[in-house]
Amino acid sequence: MKKLVSGFILLTLILIGGETLWADQPADSGASGENAAGTATTPEGEGKPEQKSKIDSGNTAWILTASALVLFMTIPGLSFFYAGLVRRKNVLSVLMHCFVLVCLMTVLWVAIGYSAAFSTDNGNGFIGGLSNAFASGITQDGATKDSGDGIPKFAFFIFQMTFFIITPALMVGAFVERIKFSAMLWFAGLWALIVYLPACHSMWADNGYFFKMGAVDLAGGIVVHITAGFGALVACIVLGPRKGYPDSQMMPHNLPMTVAGTGMLWVGWFGFNGGSGLAADGGGATAIVVTQISAATAALTWMFVEWIKNGKPTVLGIVTGSIAGLAAITPASGVVGPQGALIIGLASGFACWYASTAIKAKFGYDDSLDVFGVHGVGGVVGTLLLAFLGIQGTLDGRGSSEAETFAVTSGEQFVIQLKAAGAIGLYTIIATWIILKVVDAVVGLRVDEQDETGGLDVSAHGEAGYND
Amino acid sequence: MKKIEAIVKPFKLEEVKDALAEVGVLGMSVSEVKGFGRQKGHTEIYRGSEYTVDFLPKVKIESVVADNLVDDAIAAITKSAATGKIGDGKIFVMPVEQAVRIRTGDKDEEAL
Repeated sequence: MKKLVSGFILLTLILIGGETLWADQPADSGASGENAAGTATTPEGEGKPEQKSKIDSGNTAWILTASALVLFMTIPGLSFFYAGLVRRKNVLSVLMHCFVLVCLMTVLWVAIGYSAAFSTDNGNGFIGGLSNAFASGITQDGATKDSGDGIPKFAFFIFQMTFFIITPALMVGAFVERIKFSAMLWFAGLWALIVYLPACHSMWADNGYFFKMGAVDLAGGIVVHITAGFGALVACIVLGPRKGYPDSQMMPHNLPMTVAGTGMLWVGWFGFNGGSGLAADGGGATAIVVTQISAATAALTWMFVEWIKNGKPTVLGIVTGSIAGLAAITPASGVVGPQGALIIGLASGFACWYASTAIKAKFGYDDSLDVFGVHGVGGVVGTLLLAFLGIQGTLDGRGSSEAETFAVTSGEQFVIQLKAAGAIGLYTIIATWIILKVVDAVVGLRVDEQDETGGLDVSAHGEAGYND
Repeated sequence: MKKIEAIVKPFKLEEVKDALAEVGVLGMSVSEVKGFGRQKGHTEIYRGSEYTVDFLPKVKIESVVADNLVDDAIAAITKSAATGKIGDGKIFVMPVEQAVRIRTGDKDEEAL
C-alpha cells in the first residue's frame, strides 16, 4: 500500500513537471492532427488548421477500418504471438500484459497522449501542449488541413491511438515471465508518456523537429519499432535474465498459437502501413503491396538461412522472419516500390536473424522473445535503407511516377534518417533506463524467485491458463 | 492372471489394439507417457537455441489377461508394434493376485 501511494506521488510529480515542460498555451485552436506521412514536403507556410475540410467518406471508411486492423494487431495478434512463446505457467500473464496495456494506453491517450503527440500550438518540436488534453477539440470535423484527406478528427484520434497502444505492448516480449505486474503497469505507462510521445511528436506532428528536418517514417519504423526495440533491449538488461537462462529448457509452450498470432499481425499490418497515409488512395495501395512483399521475402530469407545453418526450416523461424520484414518495411512503405521491398525484406530477414541468434547469444542478454532483434533491428534496417531505395527512378521507388521523393540526395537523406533514428534511439535508451530505475526503486521490478518458478499466472493473477 | 504392460510408439496404438482384440483380449487401459530407453531423446531448435529433449512421447498399454492368453498377446503386440527401428518399445509381464468387477462382484478371470 505504501508503495502504491508513493507511486501515485511520483506520477503526480511527473505530470506537474510535464506541464511546466510543455509550456502549454491556453489557446484552443483544435487538433492539428496531420500525419507526417511518407513524403517530405515541409509544412511551413501553411495556414493554421482553422479551415474545416470536407469529410471524404472513402478515406474515412478506410481509416476506421485500418484502426480496427491495428487494434487487432495487439489483441489478439501480438498477445497470441507472445503467449505461445512463453512457458505454460506464464501464458495468461502475457495475454494479460497485452490486454491491460490496450486499456491503460487508451485512457492515457485520451488524457494527455493525443495532445502531447499532435497538438502544435505550443510551438515545441519535441512535445505537444495540453490544448487537446482529455480529447478537447477533437470533433467530427475534418482532421487535416491541406492534403484534402478529409477524415474526421475522431478517426485520426483513434487510428493514432492504436499505435500508442501497440508500441509499449511490443516491449512485453522482453520482460516476460519475470516482471512484477504493478511494475509492468508503471513502466509501460511512464514509458509511453516519456518515450513514445516525444518520438511521435518529433516525427509526425506538423511542427515536429525531425519531420521538419525531412526525416521519413511513414508508419513507425522509428516511432514504433526503434523505440520499442531499444526500450526492450534496455528493459531486459536492467531486469536481468529469467531464472535459469540460458541453461534450462525454456521452449515455447504453444507454437500454433504463435503462428496464429503472426497471421493476425501480418493482416493487421495492412492497416498499420496502408492506413498511415491517411487516405484510401494509390499511396495506401502501394504501402500494402510493399508490406506484403517485404514480409514474404524476409520470412523466406530467415527460413533459408536457418535451413542452411541449422539443417531444418523451422516454423518459428519463418514466422519470426515475416515480422522482421513487416517491421522493416514500416518506415519505408510510403516511399519504396515493390523492388525496393524485395531488398528490404531480404536485408531485414538476414539482419534480424543474425541479431536474434548470434548477437543475442554472444552478449547473453535475455531478450526473451526477441523484441530488439526483430523490431529494433528491423526498424533500423528499413529506416536507413529507404534513403537509397525510395529515391526517384531507383528500383521503382514511389517517387518515380510523381515528384521527387526527397528534397535532397540519397546520401543526404541517409544522414537525416541516421540523425533521427540515432537521436530517438539514444533518447529511448537513456529515458527507458531512468524509468526502470525509478520503478525499481518504488515498486520493484521483478517477482521473487518462488513466484517466478511457479509461474506468473498463479502467483500474479490467481489463475492458470490450462486446467486439464 | 498376468498383467501385460507394453510401451509402444504412439502411432502404433491402433494396430496394437486391433491385434490384441483379435487374439481375445477384452479390455485395456491406455495412457500417454514420456520416457527414454536406448533411443534417447532428440534436439529441438528455437530461434537458434538448441534444446535437448530427453523424454520422448510413448503410449503405455496395460491389460490383465488370463494365463493361457499371455503368449498370444505378447506375440500380437510384438508383431503389430514393430517398425524395426530403434524406439519400438518394450513389453513387461507381471503376475496379478486378484481381479474384481465392481458392478457384479465377479472375481478373478470372471472379472476380466
